[in-house]
Amino acid sequence: MTWKPKWKPGWTSRAEEPAEIEASDPALKQALGDFKASMRAWSGAAYNRPRAVQSIVVHRSWQLAAGWSLAAVLLAGTMSGGLYEHHQRVVASRIAAAHKAEQERQAAAQRALDKAQQEDDVLASVDADVSREVPSAMEPLAQLTDEGDSK
Amino acid sequence: MAACTILDPMTMATADEHAAQEFSSVVASHRPQIFRFLLASTRDVDLAETLTQECFLKAHRNWSSFRGDSSAMTWLMRIAINLQKDHWRNRRMQFWRQTRTNSVDLDEASDWLPSGESSQETRLLARERVSQVWSAVEGLSERQRTVFLLRYVEELELSEIAHTTGLSEGTVKAHLSRALARVRAELGGKR
Repeated sequence: MTWKPKWKPGWTSRAEEPAEIEASDPALKQALGDFKASMRAWSGAAYNRPRAVQSIVVHRSWQLAAGWSLAAVLLAGTMSGGLYEHHQRVVASRIAAAHKAEQERQAAAQRALDKAQQEDDVLASVDADVSREVPSAMEPLAQLTDEGDSK
Repeated sequence: MAACTILDPMTMATADEHAAQEFSSVVASHRPQIFRFLLASTRDVDLAETLTQECFLKAHRNWSSFRGDSSAMTWLMRIAINLQKDHWRNRRMQFWRQTRTNSVDLDEASDWLPSGESSQETRLLARERVSQVWSAVEGLSERQRTVFLLRYVEELELSEIAHTTGLSEGTVKAHLSRALARVRAELGGKR
């Protein structure tokens, strides 16, 4: 099976030679001549124009400088924003850590205080109990004293 | 026995000088034409100047390898076409650059007419025709445009165009015929 291109209006069975096309259409020839003349006039003017290298360079360097400045400002802004954010986070974490440490310290102090209080209470109760009781080692002597007194 | 040719420094210096002079004359004689072709292709004066500079820089670097199989003009034009292609390819990649194109619009390009003694009306008609041709050229493919400009601005022969572009003469003819049909349609549509 061979591929056949779809026929389009304006197509001819044989491709016309460029020279034939030009020769058969004076308007086309005229237009091509005008185009060539125009292109040559433009090119000649552009080629021979006085080149204001200084001003172009200055203009471009100004644009370049402005572009770089803007880029630098944006970069600095982004970086300082990032740094500020980072700094804020570091400070916040430090504050949180200090706060937590303080809480832990207070809790530890409270625990120590409670423990000391408990120990004091225990000692006090022991002292009270001991002071109320008669030492067992002194018991026989006490009995003797009582017996002697009764005799 | 192996023949050994030793060139003395004096001879080499003279040869270099000769090559440099030859290249200078090639630049002087072909630079306007290369610039014109690149200007017609890009419609951007600054870009055309830059590409012309690059073209001659590249030619200078490879001048020693130019064997003269083709004319210097054909060789330079081939370099210019390749540079232009590379430029547009890079431009497509760097899409943000497209917003900074300096190409003049078709109306501005059509303003240029040779300063003759023709009447105002003739000049207006000529301007209109040039504008229509530009409009048709705008719609051509890259290859058709190159072939068209080489033929109708640079006035190269078909064989020279074929040699410059690396296409066969038949393909060049086909591209030209299609380009001309497009120009004719543009002219006919607005006539």
